[in-house]
Amino acid sequence: MALVHNQEHQMLKESAQGFLREFGSITELRKYRDSEEDFSPLLWPQMVEMGWAAILIPESHGGLGFGQVGMGQIVEQSGRMLTASPLLSTAILGASIINLAGSEEQKAQLLPAVASGQLTTALAVDESAHHAPNNIGLAAEKTAVGFRLTGSKRSVVDGHRADLLIVAARSSGSLGDSKGVSLFLVESKAAGVSIEKMSTVDGRSVANISFDGVEVATEALLGDEELGFRVLSKTLDIGNAHLAAELLGICSEAFERTLQYLKERQQFGVSIGSFQALQHRAAHWWSEIELAKSLVLKCFQALDADDIKAPILVSISKAKLCEVADLSTNEAIQMHGGVGMTDEYDIGFFIKRARPVQALFGGYSYHSDRFASMTGY
Amino acid sequence: MTDLQVFRDETRHWLEEHCPPSMRTPIKTDKDQCWGGRNANYVSDEQKQWMDNMASRGWTAPTWPIEYGGGGLSKAEAKILSEEMNKLKARLPLSSFGIWMIGPALLKFGSEELKLQHLPPIVRGEIRWCQGYSEPNAGSDLAGLQAKAVDMGEHFIANGQKVWTSYGDKADWMFCLLRTDPDAKKQSGISLVLFDMQTPGVTPKPIKLISGSSPFCETFLDDVRVEKNQVVGEINQGWTIAKYLLTHEREMIGGFGLTGAGSQTLGQFAVEALGTEHGRLTDSVLRADVIRWEIDAAAFAVTAERVNDEAKSGQGIGATSAMLKYYGTELNKRRYELMMKLHGNDAMEWEGEASKDGWLPRTWLRTKGNSIEGGTSEVQLNIIAKNILGLG
Ligand SMILES: Cc1cc2nc3c(=O)[nH]c(=O)nc-3n(C[C@H](O)[C@H](O)[C@H](O)COP(=O)(O)OP(=O)(O)OC[C@H]3O[C@@H](n4cnc5c(N)ncnc54)[C@H](O)[C@@H]3O)c2cc1C
Repeated sequence: MALVHNQEHQMLKESAQGFLREFGSITELRKYRDSEEDFSPLLWPQMVEMGWAAILIPESHGGLGFGQVGMGQIVEQSGRMLTASPLLSTAILGASIINLAGSEEQKAQLLPAVASGQLTTALAVDESAHHAPNNIGLAAEKTAVGFRLTGSKRSVVDGHRADLLIVAARSSGSLGDSKGVSLFLVESKAAGVSIEKMSTVDGRSVANISFDGVEVATEALLGDEELGFRVLSKTLDIGNAHLAAELLGICSEAFERTLQYLKERQQFGVSIGSFQALQHRAAHWWSEIELAKSLVLKCFQALDADDIKAPILVSISKAKLCEVADLSTNEAIQMHGGVGMTDEYDIGFFIKRARPVQALFGGYSYHSDRFASMTGY
Repeated sequence: MTDLQVFRDETRHWLEEHCPPSMRTPIKTDKDQCWGGRNANYVSDEQKQWMDNMASRGWTAPTWPIEYGGGGLSKAEAKILSEEMNKLKARLPLSSFGIWMIGPALLKFGSEELKLQHLPPIVRGEIRWCQGYSEPNAGSDLAGLQAKAVDMGEHFIANGQKVWTSYGDKADWMFCLLRTDPDAKKQSGISLVLFDMQTPGVTPKPIKLISGSSPFCETFLDDVRVEKNQVVGEINQGWTIAKYLLTHEREMIGGFGLTGAGSQTLGQFAVEALGTEHGRLTDSVLRADVIRWEIDAAAFAVTAERVNDEAKSGQGIGATSAMLKYYGTELNKRRYELMMKLHGNDAMEWEGEASKDGWLPRTWLRTKGNSIEGGTSEVQLNIIAKNILGLG
């Protein structure tokens, strides 16, 4: 497939740009960062209205079936505008995992609810500070009517506002085994679930959640018992591809703003962009972003095509984007000089959002290691 | 026993006796740093006690002459003092732009009157200083500064705007670069002057940093009266002094690249964060990064020591300070990037008890300023290329 965006994707990008500039901009981020909410209550209904919750859901279940490339356009634009929304937790992770693992009945019940904005979800995987999807310790014990869940999850995106938690639990085996992982649908209001909000460096928040003998029925099982890891893994691949796209947006925007600044800012009677020391770094930085762009597109195409190489491409993309994000966000501040350190100037927000995106579901070290392992060394 | 051994023994005993227990614990937050001054906010009585104890011997400024309140120590003795303090894990008794910046400039260029007026209160931590160099349009191009002082005969009247004035709202006095000859060429018409921040017309306004705190200010000067006897060195000759002062500032900032003795090494930090398997850090990619950092840090530490020893034997430090500033700050930035990665998702916590209200991410963000303040990395590299390598 040609590595270019078609007209449909171009249109999605433009409408996302227009909408987010108005309703999901850094002005919104400033407004909400010190409040209890992370974004305006009007934002998600509007996104749903535009069909964004339905993009990854098949038409047969009330969705648009637009695919990853299309969704990636929107996510990249959210990255540029630093927009907080349930896009990742619900429209990407929730929709994907239900679609991949759900029974016909579950899909028929849940997917239309996601597409129409009636249901929000959060995916609860990690239990320590570092991504380790094999290390699921949260216990799922069989009971007469279903399962009892005991354990805790950390840094769950939207865990404090989602209606439905999708929880990776261990029904057999031990820490480190991929077999024995089962997925459960748990109402966030269920007895025994306690949710603690943690505010994060990007002006948003995540949730640490504990499950204290939470009783769920057999129907709460999502996909095959014990065999949840494969679906979880695939969902995480989709998630990481979109996190890479968000990073691409962050890097591109930080780059363009800095480029503009290099042209405007005068020192020694000339624009600072006339200094070769900065010119070469800007040129290098631009080249890195070009590479990043290609990887992100290739990765989405591979996911849409169900290519067996997709997992490798995902790890390459996430690792590379983590590296480019380190470069981009540091260069952005450095090339702005003193103003780059101020809260008043927007450029500092990019580094603050980039690091949680990088760390979520594995940063550079996790994905470079995974890439090496998958390719045999 | 040699004199130096006697000095070491005596110093050790004195420190044992005079350094309060809480001042032997690692510095955790900004508040733990003691800055003194008229509006000082001591975290504890012991913090003030420790400063006063050290100041009573002049050891807050160990090498300054005794007649100006300093410790009168030789460089060799000062090194011993700092080694003995490190052994005790004693905190720095006083952080001070007076000691690090304006003090050395006064010692070299100031009149006897100015030295006697300003140095002893600096040593005792009574007066806190801030630096009025940068302006909105004069950062890397510092000599392009526009704030001016007009000669009124007995005194000057100063007008203009300074920016990024660290602790401008907390300081008692400012050392400030002003244009005193508008007709002279860039570097030639500048003077270094001193004034009290309470002088009418001086207005510092805090600016919030990306780390959330507000340690620096924009400082407005509206018809500020500056006394003629408060000019350091000759009128219109301030540029040379300003540059001399900058070399001291750079060494100080470059020193951030050194892991203080007694504090945790990055390797230990990594082990605590990730754990080991067969004696190796569990994450092999981060392990390689930590190793690379530790090796660079070790090389930097011995380089700082060598530069110091060379300076002691009379070899100049001027341009080398650019290298130490450049390398030290880049090293410090790398250290905090790695600490963030080592703590994974936990490093993102911004508020809350577990993270001491986001101590790590806030400190990490603050380190981004290290390669900007005191002259950017690019400016340091330009200095190295021009003044050391003779390029261009
Ligand atoms: C945390 C912090 C504390 C500070 N505290 C003080 C203080 O107490 N008192 C004070 O007076 N100042 C202070 N400063 C100001 C500091 O000295 C200036 O920010 C610094 O000199 C850079 O100036 P600028 O911000 O105007 O950036 P600019 O000079 O505009 O630089 C922007 C970018 O262009 C680059 N650049 C500029 N010229 C060249 C060149 N010739 N070649 C290559 N690259 C170039 C710079 O390196 C930088 O990357 C502080 C700054 C910070 C961040």
